[in-house]
Amino acid sequence: MREPPAVIGLEVHARLRTRSKLFCPCSVVDGAPPNTAICPVCLGYPGVLPVPNERAVRLGVRLALAAGARVAEVSRWDRKNYFYPDLPKGYQVTQYREPLARGGAIAGIPLERIHLEEDAGRLVHEGVGEGLVGIDFNRAGTPLAEIVTAPAFREPAAAEAWLRELRVLLRWIEVSDADPETGSLRCDVNVSLDPGGGEDGIRVEIKNLNSFRAVRRALEHEIARQRELLAAGRAVVRETRGWDEKAGRTVPLRGKEGEEDYRYLPEPDLPPLVIDRELLEGESAALPELPAARADRFSREFGVASDRAALLCRERPVADFFEETVRAGAAGPEAATWVLEEMPREEPGRLTPGALAELLGMVRAGDVARPAAREILEELRRVGGDPREVAARRGLARLADRDRLADLARDVLAARPELVAAWRRGKEGVIGPLVGDLLRASGGRADPRIAREVLRNLLGGPGGEGRA
Amino acid sequence: MEPARIDADELRRTADAARITLTDEEVERFRAEFAGILEEFQRLESIPPTGEHQPEASPAALRPDDPVATDPDPLLDRAPRVHGRFVVAPDTLPGEEPGEAPVPAAPPRPETGPRPVSPGPFLDRTAGEIARAVRRGDVRARDVLEEALAALPAGLVLRALLAPDPAAIDAARRRAEEIDHLVRTGRDPGPLAGVPVAVKDNVCTALHPTTCASRVLAGFVAPEPATVVERLEAAGAVILARANMDEFAMGSTGEASAYGPPGNPHDPARVAGGSSGGSAAAVAAGLVPVAIGTETGGSIRQPAALCGVLGLRPPWGRVSRRGLVALASSLDQAGPLARSLGDVALVYRVIAGPDPRDATSLREPLPDLAAPPDRSIAGLRVGMPAGPLEHPDLEPEIRAAVKRAAEELAARGARVESVRFGHAHLAVPAYHLQVAAEAASNLARYDGIRYGNPLPGRTFREAVARTRGAGFGPEVKRRILLGTWALRAGWRRRWLDRARVVRARLAAEAEDVFRRVDLLLGPVTPTRAFPLGSKPGPLAVWLCDAFVLPANLADLPALVLPCPAPPGELPAAIQLVAPRRREDLLFRVGAELEAAGFRAPLPPARAA
Repeated sequence: MREPPAVIGLEVHARLRTRSKLFCPCSVVDGAPPNTAICPVCLGYPGVLPVPNERAVRLGVRLALAAGARVAEVSRWDRKNYFYPDLPKGYQVTQYREPLARGGAIAGIPLERIHLEEDAGRLVHEGVGEGLVGIDFNRAGTPLAEIVTAPAFREPAAAEAWLRELRVLLRWIEVSDADPETGSLRCDVNVSLDPGGGEDGIRVEIKNLNSFRAVRRALEHEIARQRELLAAGRAVVRETRGWDEKAGRTVPLRGKEGEEDYRYLPEPDLPPLVIDRELLEGESAALPELPAARADRFSREFGVASDRAALLCRERPVADFFEETVRAGAAGPEAATWVLEEMPREEPGRLTPGALAELLGMVRAGDVARPAAREILEELRRVGGDPREVAARRGLARLADRDRLADLARDVLAARPELVAAWRRGKEGVIGPLVGDLLRASGGRADPRIAREVLRNLLGGPGGEGRA
Repeated sequence: MEPARIDADELRRTADAARITLTDEEVERFRAEFAGILEEFQRLESIPPTGEHQPEASPAALRPDDPVATDPDPLLDRAPRVHGRFVVAPDTLPGEEPGEAPVPAAPPRPETGPRPVSPGPFLDRTAGEIARAVRRGDVRARDVLEEALAALPAGLVLRALLAPDPAAIDAARRRAEEIDHLVRTGRDPGPLAGVPVAVKDNVCTALHPTTCASRVLAGFVAPEPATVVERLEAAGAVILARANMDEFAMGSTGEASAYGPPGNPHDPARVAGGSSGGSAAAVAAGLVPVAIGTETGGSIRQPAALCGVLGLRPPWGRVSRRGLVALASSLDQAGPLARSLGDVALVYRVIAGPDPRDATSLREPLPDLAAPPDRSIAGLRVGMPAGPLEHPDLEPEIRAAVKRAAEELAARGARVESVRFGHAHLAVPAYHLQVAAEAASNLARYDGIRYGNPLPGRTFREAVARTRGAGFGPEVKRRILLGTWALRAGWRRRWLDRARVVRARLAAEAEDVFRRVDLLLGPVTPTRAFPLGSKPGPLAVWLCDAFVLPANLADLPALVLPCPAPPGELPAAIQLVAPRRREDLLFRVGAELEAAGFRAPLPPARAA
């Protein structure tokens, strides 16, 4: 009998890249001492009122536009009521009935909705006393976008891969840092087994997944667990489970009591969220060319292989640097190679695209050898400057004088009589180490091709007498 | 549909979801009460559940993304338990056995100090007169304050006002001296210069505690004053003391106050009304010329009527709610109580207006409250809702007051006619469902973790439930339980959606009625002030609010004016209700009635 296929949907919480919280002007902080970014509003004091952060709304709209989702002209805030130590007001302000946006797709996966909501505080279970929990409210009230996918995944690995694509997009459009390590991207998953015949399987939700790998592993484990249950003739229970990283298995979630009913209530402290034309057009205009489109264009316009173009388009600063280098006159494929391989990612330092283009031009013209070019690049990154000036000052301009090279080559051959002897016995392979020696002797300034020619001239044909 | 009922098990489950421990006696008491209350709610099923009331969509009031740092340490100082910089709570898993549970200290009962001092020359005057005299330098703000402080013990005996701390009294004295200094140095302290004001105990002052007359908030001092208080102080007012109230503004008699009920100055054995009973009683007793009250469902107008003072229910959103402790946010509104229409307008102009820190604050400017020069109301069409006048329990004195007001207006050229609201009979269940649902959510924050007075427990769940069980009084528990129960999915659809429909329909009916008439005139309450403890149960109290609630549900501004009455008689009052956001009409027509004798009687102490 075929095993029932899995049906997987993701609920991703991305912390929006704002300076202040969603409903109060406290700073959004990472790693600050506990309870230093708090105020009466995010602590749920009596009498306080929320005022929405315009940038959070704009970032939510930008994300919706990037996903091609339908942005609601009027969306509404709701209260999700439950008691938990990290939830100051006894409710979370979210958008339940009428979300910011519906539909759209990211990396080929259709979305159900995108909505805005506030985050809760952070709990610490150790070090505050037996049976007690410590609460840090710095995170309480920070803005999140919740992205809910359709149940469109069949494979845990596909879910993991999609999350990586989502991360690229969120960072690309500067909506979120999308870093699972710091919790700015968190994922809950829903998984069921498709019983076939158009029926829905029993859905299990898994929470507290704090890495992409954990998402895949939790799904793999959970699918196996559900299949075992069904194979043993037992039923899957609709529940919320957590992921125990150490034990490598999902476990029934403690504490939050799988709170049956959140007693949703329209948030009376906030008027409806109206997205006017001005805001929509503003964000639409500010939306950068998206990674896939840009990679296509890099292939088309600059002749970059499509896999390399995709690599260039994973972080916008890298893509920008590449494109500016090409615009400054470098050839596309060469610029791609250098940007991807020679530059530590995201750290051009003091190197400018113009300088890189100039350097690549020098390499292409044969004015500097490749190893020397790497050294020049290093200095340009560290201290900046003009590549020709650096090459001249550091004596890294290519050694093009064949007589001078021949002088160096004679010294190299004199130092390696055993290789010269081997060459004369017909061992052509020894030319490699000799070229290496000559390049070193030239301080990296010699062109490997010319160095080989010079050596061959001195050695004569393999097996024969040279002029040395 | 089958009749709704809540048995003891259902009640316990609901109390668990609301995190309130109940004693067996409480379970039995609420179970018995809820039978009648649910029957009242069930009347909503006569209308369809479709067509939800929704607030008007207006462009989002958004805040720029500019961080502002708040000093966190004063906030951490308010947390009952901390470890390092962590706020500490019992864990969500069972932990150690809790220690013996101390019941949180009751808020101190008001002192019964010296006998009432007869108010002196300043407190007899209106706020406008006091401010004018202070601004001219004829009177020192400090002297006005000393007179109010001398009269304060009378307010404490009456339980209208709550005793200020010595530190708060010192601060008030410094504030009065600042105002005097401004005047001496030729500067203007503002239109309320030196006017002593009482504010209801659910309005944050950051100087006095703000407890909402609840044990749950005993000793809590807000870190920031309400916008209303900021504006009063910026206009030169001196906050004298907090006014007593029903706990969390839930009640119509004052009897739900943890401090004990305020008495009515006209007969201290009778209710001052509620929930702004302390504010109304303080103004009626001449302890302050003006006070701030709040209204969710008649809580300014009803006590104003029972105590014989003026009270204004502004349009929702006109006065910032920032710093008003929420009962039901979609209905809550602060407003002034005073002994003259001029003082109502004076205070209203100061406290009303847009506030960027309240996203629901109306951004349109306040309409012009000054009467046009001719002051004529000839041709004004006045509607009298038929329902209240047909009410079987309507007292003859109240009926006479309304009749007299109608005659006075007719004598000035107004045309008076009868109007009818088809959904007013559903106002009580619609209002109480909506308020219970919002209150259950708004009051969830009182868990004793970040501030407040916690009881211990083995788990977070248990500690919070015990804290709330001990901290809330019966009326608050009753409404939280009903709200928690009604918010559950099934009942939300069956009843809460209908409550919203009633709201929408009342608003639509009002719009329709106001095509035919300019203003409504009617009674505020069926009876004058009744004896403390005379109502048989919560539902009997709720039903007394039937005349005030439609204005709240339809969001109509309304003004209460006392009717002329012989000295020694209990006050009777009328209310004027204007179209949406047309409170200017209330002042224009109110001025005509005031001129005809509809004014606050002299404070009883001086009338004697």
